[in-house]
Amino acid sequence: MSGSIKDRVAIIGMGCTRFGELWGKGPSDLIVEAVNEALADAGIEIKDIEAAWAGSIFSGHGGRSVSEPLRLQFKPVSHCVNACASGHDAVRNASYSVAAGIYDIVLAVGFEKLKDEGTSGLPGMDNLTHTHAVATMPGMFAMMATKYFHRYGLSPQEGKTMLAKISVKSHYNGSMNPKAHLRNVLTVERVLNAPIIAWPLGLFDCCGVSDGGAAAIITSAELAKKFRPDPVYIKALQICASPTSGRLTTDYDFTHVEEGYRAGLAAYKEAGIKNPRKEISMAEVHDCFSITEAVTMEDLQFSQRGKVKEDIDAGTFELTGALPVQPDGGLKCFGHPIGASGIRMLYELYLQLQGRADKRQIKNPKLGLAHNMGHEPLAPTVSVCIVGL
Amino acid sequence: MIGITSYGAYIPWHRIDRQKFAKAWGGFAIPGERAIAYYDEDSVTMAVGAAIDCLTDLDPATVDGLFFATTTSPYKEKLCSATMALALHLRRDIQTSDVTGSLRSGTTALGFALDAVKAGRASNILVAASDTRMAPPSGINEQALGDSAGAILVGKKNVIAEILDSYSVSDELAATWRSENDTFIRAWEDRMVMDESYSRVMPEVLSGVMNKCGLSPKDFAKVVFDPPGDVRRHGRVASELGFDATQLLDPAGIFMNVGLLGSAMPFVMLISALEQAEPGEKILFAGYGNGADAFVLQVTNAIKKLGARRGFSKHLESKHMMENYNDYLRWREIVPLDQARRPDRGPISVSAIWRQRKDLLGLWGIKCRQCQTPQYDNGGITTTPIRVCAVCGAVDDFDDYDFSRKKATVFSYTLDQLAPAPDPPSSVVLIDFEDGGRMLFDLTDRNPAEVQVGMKVEMTFRKVYFNRGIANYYWKARPIRC
Repeated sequence: MSGSIKDRVAIIGMGCTRFGELWGKGPSDLIVEAVNEALADAGIEIKDIEAAWAGSIFSGHGGRSVSEPLRLQFKPVSHCVNACASGHDAVRNASYSVAAGIYDIVLAVGFEKLKDEGTSGLPGMDNLTHTHAVATMPGMFAMMATKYFHRYGLSPQEGKTMLAKISVKSHYNGSMNPKAHLRNVLTVERVLNAPIIAWPLGLFDCCGVSDGGAAAIITSAELAKKFRPDPVYIKALQICASPTSGRLTTDYDFTHVEEGYRAGLAAYKEAGIKNPRKEISMAEVHDCFSITEAVTMEDLQFSQRGKVKEDIDAGTFELTGALPVQPDGGLKCFGHPIGASGIRMLYELYLQLQGRADKRQIKNPKLGLAHNMGHEPLAPTVSVCIVGL
Repeated sequence: MIGITSYGAYIPWHRIDRQKFAKAWGGFAIPGERAIAYYDEDSVTMAVGAAIDCLTDLDPATVDGLFFATTTSPYKEKLCSATMALALHLRRDIQTSDVTGSLRSGTTALGFALDAVKAGRASNILVAASDTRMAPPSGINEQALGDSAGAILVGKKNVIAEILDSYSVSDELAATWRSENDTFIRAWEDRMVMDESYSRVMPEVLSGVMNKCGLSPKDFAKVVFDPPGDVRRHGRVASELGFDATQLLDPAGIFMNVGLLGSAMPFVMLISALEQAEPGEKILFAGYGNGADAFVLQVTNAIKKLGARRGFSKHLESKHMMENYNDYLRWREIVPLDQARRPDRGPISVSAIWRQRKDLLGLWGIKCRQCQTPQYDNGGITTTPIRVCAVCGAVDDFDDYDFSRKKATVFSYTLDQLAPAPDPPSSVVLIDFEDGGRMLFDLTDRNPAEVQVGMKVEMTFRKVYFNRGIANYYWKARPIRC
């Protein structure tokens, strides 16, 4: 593999809806609102879009899901369905089309309308034979926490306290974000005393379930500065899909995510990053559950294996720490409208890099990393995107 | 010599103190406790449990037929024994039959098995009797009934109890019945039924078979026959025939600890008798229900060589007392309940479960011929069947590998409060099998407080879903029972 996306394309406009239980809004609202903000941000019109990529898994089927609400006039539109990495995959394919010299201005839009089910959690994902063990997504990730505590000798209290600090940090950041779904400030005590959802994970270890949409307009690096003085350049776009061997063979330790580690390695190589902990200024990672964020810190080499607790205790990932993580509040506060999350993460990194993050502004960020993890730890698909000035 | 060559039993882990019924409804409680099938158990799963016990140390490929005896088949039209045959790894060129409709369907099926072996149509036939009968809530029968299964293998080699002869009586009067639309058993005034049916039919069939063989009560070490709803009538029949108390396999122990077991009752009683039997002893055995079937058995020396099984006595000891009566109502789906606010599960695809019948019902996985790694996958739409080895990438170069009899260790687990479960929390384990292979399974028959990493588990055949009129049977893990 010789090619690299680094500095070949740039984001010139982004939009993001408020995330939440948007009872009064449908998929069309989410798409149109996110795209209109992105178009205005880029200073272009819908007719300037030459091609589009949609990312969603439950809402919409096919490219028409996006062309229809936007009335895109007879343009090529594709639909990326790649679990929680669908949004990043839309950005990835859109970016490649520009890098290939096919188009000058393209749109990636992620959206998901989850709150039309009348039930909690995600819509059903039973297998065809209904022989899956009856665990929810919290249950599947809880098993990783069980194993992490067991392997590193953390008592339930120690382990849960470590995880609680992750949620407290994210809620603090999210409380300053008008677009976040959950904007309440938490305490470690409150997190620890919350009802158990799937042992050992409690209510505040789990992200919310929300509706939302987010969009990015991408052009070539050559053209980018014609649209704005501060385009954000793509440094790496990697996706790693699981061969699903961890569920079948006994050598997988269930305290890391191999696909996350490998997606990180590939992205660092593509971006020319040698020391991720020092070089990455901030990260938006897939904190569907607190344990996922903890393990991801190790997979992305921000923390040493088994040592994330030390970094959490030291405040490394807080907004004022050495490597702020979830500056916008993360999935924890935004919830996880599947297709929208990846682009919502890029939206925060984009604002931060341009100095537009208001109260959440990190000092002088240079490189931001966004990470999505689809499916569950035994068989995930992980995306890592790195963007910078 | 033709006779019984092996036996096995199954009693559900869950028991309820009969005081719980009286506490819920008021009124009188029969002393003792009864067995209650868990929410994922039915007559089929319990029969499979008993049959697996019966086939301990035996090659399932030697079985030429499977008869499933029950009054509580999950189907009016579909053969349960054909499903069970896959779970038990029996051959395809065998006789499978469900014998239903009578409380003596077990002994009737035993007669059919005897005839088939005598006629040379089969060498070994497995008969499994199992019942999960329900009585209307709040009545005394709700306390009296119990759920269990027994299995008996009939054959010619290594006979532990020769069947010398048999005798049957047909009687139109049914002590209990259920119409096509009845969930719960119905009964006539029991004194009339006792007088006119049980107390006439049972002596008639026992005397009939003794006369046929030229034997009298003194020739028998044990007399084993099932009791009616009024257990006292059982002893009266025995004493009127001239048996003394030492000869009688007293059903009170089973009644007090497990319940009245429907078509499984005579089998479970016989199995408890065989566990104590000595070579040379004769056993008089009968089952009642719209008439009766009786058999004369002669225990052989081979009974001492039969390997250890869980049988009646070990299953009896291995139990977990239920906290309350409500769970019984919930597990047996007697009352409509609020549904968990979770997404509906999709429909069952008959073609999908048929295509994977060997993996799903038999828990067959693969062992890679190149890297020797055992593998099993119950994962999803595109991951099964396994065509490419997860370790070395070999394609279609596998041998079949039986995971159903392997023990395993819990590698990780969760107790999921959000997942819909008839007995929350939904307990899910990622298990490592003793000789390789890993998979995620539901954990059943567990105490949530005792679930931990490193716990030893075994596999058990259960009902996991019901949709489109299809009972979806599959395997779960459970802490090693006993």
